[in-house]
Amino acid sequence: MKVYVPLDSAAVALGADKIADAIVAQGAARGVSVEVVRNGSRGMVWLEPLVEVVTDAGRLGFGPLTLTDVPALFGDLSAHPKALGLVEELPWMKGQTRLTFARVGVIDPLSLDDYRAHGGLVGLERAKTMTKAQIVAEVTDSGLRGRGGAGFPTGIKWKTVSEAAGDQKYIVCNADEGDSATFADRMLMEGDPFTLIEGMAIAGLACGATKGYVYIRSEYPVAIRVMEAAVLVARQAGVLGPQFDMEIRVGAGAYVCGEETSLLNSLEGKRGVVRAKPPLPALQGFMGRPTVVNNVISLASVPVIMAKGAAYYKDFGLGRSRGTIPLQIAGNVKYGGLYEVAFGLTLGQIVNEIGGGTASGRPVKAVQVGGPLGAWFPVSLFDTPFGYEEFGAKDGLIGHAGLTVADDSTDMLQMARFAMEFCAIESCGKCTPCRLGSTRGVETIDRLARGDSSAIPLLTDLCNTMKSGSLCALGGFTPYPVMSALTHFPDDFARAKEAAE
Amino acid sequence: MLDSHVQTDRIAEILDAHLGLEGPLLPILHAIQEAFGYIPEGAIPQIAKALMLSKAEVHGVVSFYHDFREMPAGRHVLKLCRAEACQTMGADGVADRIKAALGIDWHETTADGRVTLEPVFCLGLCACGPAAMVDGRLVGRVDESVVAEVAK
Repeated sequence: MKVYVPLDSAAVALGADKIADAIVAQGAARGVSVEVVRNGSRGMVWLEPLVEVVTDAGRLGFGPLTLTDVPALFGDLSAHPKALGLVEELPWMKGQTRLTFARVGVIDPLSLDDYRAHGGLVGLERAKTMTKAQIVAEVTDSGLRGRGGAGFPTGIKWKTVSEAAGDQKYIVCNADEGDSATFADRMLMEGDPFTLIEGMAIAGLACGATKGYVYIRSEYPVAIRVMEAAVLVARQAGVLGPQFDMEIRVGAGAYVCGEETSLLNSLEGKRGVVRAKPPLPALQGFMGRPTVVNNVISLASVPVIMAKGAAYYKDFGLGRSRGTIPLQIAGNVKYGGLYEVAFGLTLGQIVNEIGGGTASGRPVKAVQVGGPLGAWFPVSLFDTPFGYEEFGAKDGLIGHAGLTVADDSTDMLQMARFAMEFCAIESCGKCTPCRLGSTRGVETIDRLARGDSSAIPLLTDLCNTMKSGSLCALGGFTPYPVMSALTHFPDDFARAKEAAE
Repeated sequence: MLDSHVQTDRIAEILDAHLGLEGPLLPILHAIQEAFGYIPEGAIPQIAKALMLSKAEVHGVVSFYHDFREMPAGRHVLKLCRAEACQTMGADGVADRIKAALGIDWHETTADGRVTLEPVFCLGLCACGPAAMVDGRLVGRVDESVVAEVAK
């Protein structure tokens, strides 16, 4: 009997480790030989722990599983109280276009044989037959843009590093996924680490870099463990070696280190303070040398582009947003999780049709798209198609494609205040608009909360200063959640005034 | 308390093991905190000398990052996520009830040295919030009953 029990953090946080132990114990008690594979998550978090049993018909899913459901896994499976049927046939799975996440939840994350059997390393093998310029051109032609949030064309960044002079260049993977509502990087690293390793090795070939670093936040203990183990496996198998090798580095709880220049400072062992640009990291990055800094999903999308060709990837999407995007549907939502799909669905389709509305059953009030630095979208903007330019046109951003759904009990003034408070806590302190502006922002919003509506122009002015005067996106984008809350939900700011009077 | 020679020797071992790395300071600090539970004050000059940095530079790095402690924590460390996705699932209320039950605020340790309560901004468990970490173990859909797990 072969059983899959996710090792994914979300599954573990909902009891997967105990379920795995109970399945082994139950098998031993019954004299049944059980092979438990710890896979990644399929992304249906509301069904976790989602256990899969391999049958002749395919992999049958059971979830959300509790300890009392374990014995029935050894009986008539069709009569199991948590039976979901074939996992691949579930609507959530069938509706997706899984390119980057094709193997996540499917394979044993630390089995290189499993990885190869599911199309792994085809991209790297092809890249080895190409010149640096050809690899860069393929990635450029795919239309892939940085999935960390900025949306900068990945191929252009690689071209700069590839053509830069330097005897030592680096590939740095930004796995400091600190935005609330985002967990795609984590799921990829936990569920299919070799994809990231392969993507980085291809980047190394394209740019002439022999050394890579993955900077993972310390809040992700499972991802750190899986990536460290995967690097050892890849090195033993010769996938990593003298031509390109890599190390896993662990952050230390600073949100701002998700910004590429403070990440580089942190990697060098310094305070995670933002650097002014120029010089670009592509020319003077880690240790002052030419460095590619890419997000996990950007790098993990490269193997499928190299394996299937730029045109295949580019065929998906809309406008200048090409390919697929792993949506992370989170917060107060009925069906939360990861859903990889071509760009172009509307926000309303994502929240209501895929996410099923709120978990509380109350009406949706607002959705924050793109993490703590993203704008709050009201229901009246639910017709916005999911794309970089499309969200930009509505004074928002897609960021790392995380969505926080909030119901009608949410006080948007408090959410605006939190955005400023968070910025004040996490500001690196280098530039004044962010360092001081965030604290003044909290105070100004507190004035509003006390009923002093004369503070509104001041808050607007402060946000404009932060937006145009900050060195990086932390100070520069904190105005997005603040101003969107104020613009779209003026009643929440006015209601506070009435309460005070 | 550790004998100061024992501490110095252990830190020297850690320094030796990491000096070959590019940018070794964060891995060194993580290893020291792993060994001692915090970054002892005496470690700062020792690290500074080995890395040819000033004591101020090393202190600056230690104090910049939320993870590094300059004092030992309680026997248990309870981290509660305060970020937006968890807030939409009632994280603020859960935190208030836990603070009341423990009688402490963020960053404080109970008088008996039992629990340190810390905020965390995202554990990547945003579709099963509110999220928590209890002594390194992840917990989804957490509520105030988690206090029982740090009772001893």
